[in-house]
Amino acid sequence: MQTTAELSTLAFTNTPGFVREYRKDFPILDRMVYEKPLVFLDNAASTQMPSQVMETITAYHSFHHANVHRGVHQLSQEASELYEGAREKIRAFIGASSEREVIFTSGTTDSINLVANSYGGYNLKQGDVILISEMEHHANIVPWYMVARRTGAIIKVIPILDDGTLDMNALHEMIRDEKVKILCVNHVSNALGTINPVAEICALCREKGIITVIDGAQAVSHDSVDVKSIGADFYAFSGHKMHGPTGIGILYGREDILKGMEPFKGGGDMILSVSFEHIEWNELPFKFEAGTPPIAQAIGLGAAADYLNSLDRVEVKKYEDSLLHYAEEKLITVPGLRIVGKAANKVSLHSFVIDGVHPHDIGSILDGEGVAVRTGQHCAEPVMKRFGIPATTRASMSFYNTFEEIDELVLALHKVTELFNVTK
Amino acid sequence: MLLNNRSKNLYQEVILDHNKNPRNYSQPERFSHFAKGNNPLCGDKLDLFLLLNDEKIVEEIGFIGDGCAISKASASIMTTVVKGKHIDEVRKLFDGFHNMAVGNISASEDPALRRLRVFEGVKDLPARVKCATLAWHTLDAALNNKEIISTE
Repeated sequence: MQTTAELSTLAFTNTPGFVREYRKDFPILDRMVYEKPLVFLDNAASTQMPSQVMETITAYHSFHHANVHRGVHQLSQEASELYEGAREKIRAFIGASSEREVIFTSGTTDSINLVANSYGGYNLKQGDVILISEMEHHANIVPWYMVARRTGAIIKVIPILDDGTLDMNALHEMIRDEKVKILCVNHVSNALGTINPVAEICALCREKGIITVIDGAQAVSHDSVDVKSIGADFYAFSGHKMHGPTGIGILYGREDILKGMEPFKGGGDMILSVSFEHIEWNELPFKFEAGTPPIAQAIGLGAAADYLNSLDRVEVKKYEDSLLHYAEEKLITVPGLRIVGKAANKVSLHSFVIDGVHPHDIGSILDGEGVAVRTGQHCAEPVMKRFGIPATTRASMSFYNTFEEIDELVLALHKVTELFNVTK
Repeated sequence: MLLNNRSKNLYQEVILDHNKNPRNYSQPERFSHFAKGNNPLCGDKLDLFLLLNDEKIVEEIGFIGDGCAISKASASIMTTVVKGKHIDEVRKLFDGFHNMAVGNISASEDPALRRLRVFEGVKDLPARVKCATLAWHTLDAALNNKEIISTE
């Protein structure tokens, strides 16, 4: 395995100064892969972590490591303060009203499983309808399928249009059915990049008394998210997709709904009193946090929120948009390449196919050129089926990516089409 | 065009040719054994048909499927290699191919692997070993009368 022995040889002459500055926060961006500078374009799978987050985690382990909410000793109190401090940072980061609405989970998947079980499992009845968008990640499909099987609820699918946007006419029609109790949609599609009009959807659902579950995993790193202005009942996201650690995520839930819900997992810390006859649940948010939580990861997530807050997010959003458009212009010069997902409102990612070349061959060859992309079905098999393709290649960008890196991607893609003799 | 050596080792002319023009790419009129292969991680799928005669020799073999160049070329080359061979020999080839793909042996150690050594490069790409071995696992399943296999 090669490491950072020699520094990246890409010259970032077209890259704005503030991006070159931000890149210095991410040591991994300087490493080499197969003797080529790493071009990391798999940010929708996992974003890289800045030194500030790593240092915060190291400091916790070096000076404060202890269990939370348990000890009277100094370290435990410090750990508890850091852990709860991180919760407050996340509360402010997403605009929740209270820390009681911010539950630490292991990630988006865990968050959605919590809602599906603790809300869906107790409230859905035979014949009730769960609406799920066709562009969902499996994490927002499978937990609902499981709970539907248990409760007798029915899953209905809100279709995607050819341009990769959600069919809002169909959605309007479908929510008129009084049997609809829950609507699940992602804020941003991981497979297509589409930004969904979640505020509009939540407002429509609110009128009908339909509970909204928004998968925000792909949204939080690209733009400021305010759960109150979106109006979501539940909003889930992951730490490692917003430059924080893996193994940590958030479920935001409206307090009045969370209050009425049963716990998801049982164990220490989520109870007030225990006997073999009767158990009293702890208050929010602890009712949903059984056992020792991922403390270092939660603190790391708080640091990631601090880091994102320290960026000029308006400028960053503009820059990511310019990367997106630059990438589109360049990608369409590759013979046989077609972008899948052409929504006007997209985050900075492109999913694409090349005639006659399977995405896994593209991925392997790109890897050999130092370019990391995701290939496959992106845990969104229904999206692939909708567009009649077995898989796509996905280049997903973050604010630390550059125009020069997109040139490297496109150069490597030209090598692929040359090798496979794709001419048009 | 300058490609990384690893890619050059893997995507040789032979593989690209079999990917573009797969041999025995059809369902034979008569077959005695059948299996479906599936690599859910990649979405590679193939149906494999073969006809064994009374002497347990592969008389006919064909496949239909979808997948990456490596999986398709591997299936294509496999059909050309095993056709006319006794199943004992086919099973030996399966073992040999598997050992070569995971890097347990070098292709040069076994003359029977001569026509299969173009796939030796996958040993450096752990994520692609399953692409190369899918057809062989499916063949093994068909011979053992297991109809559906998955390399996941």
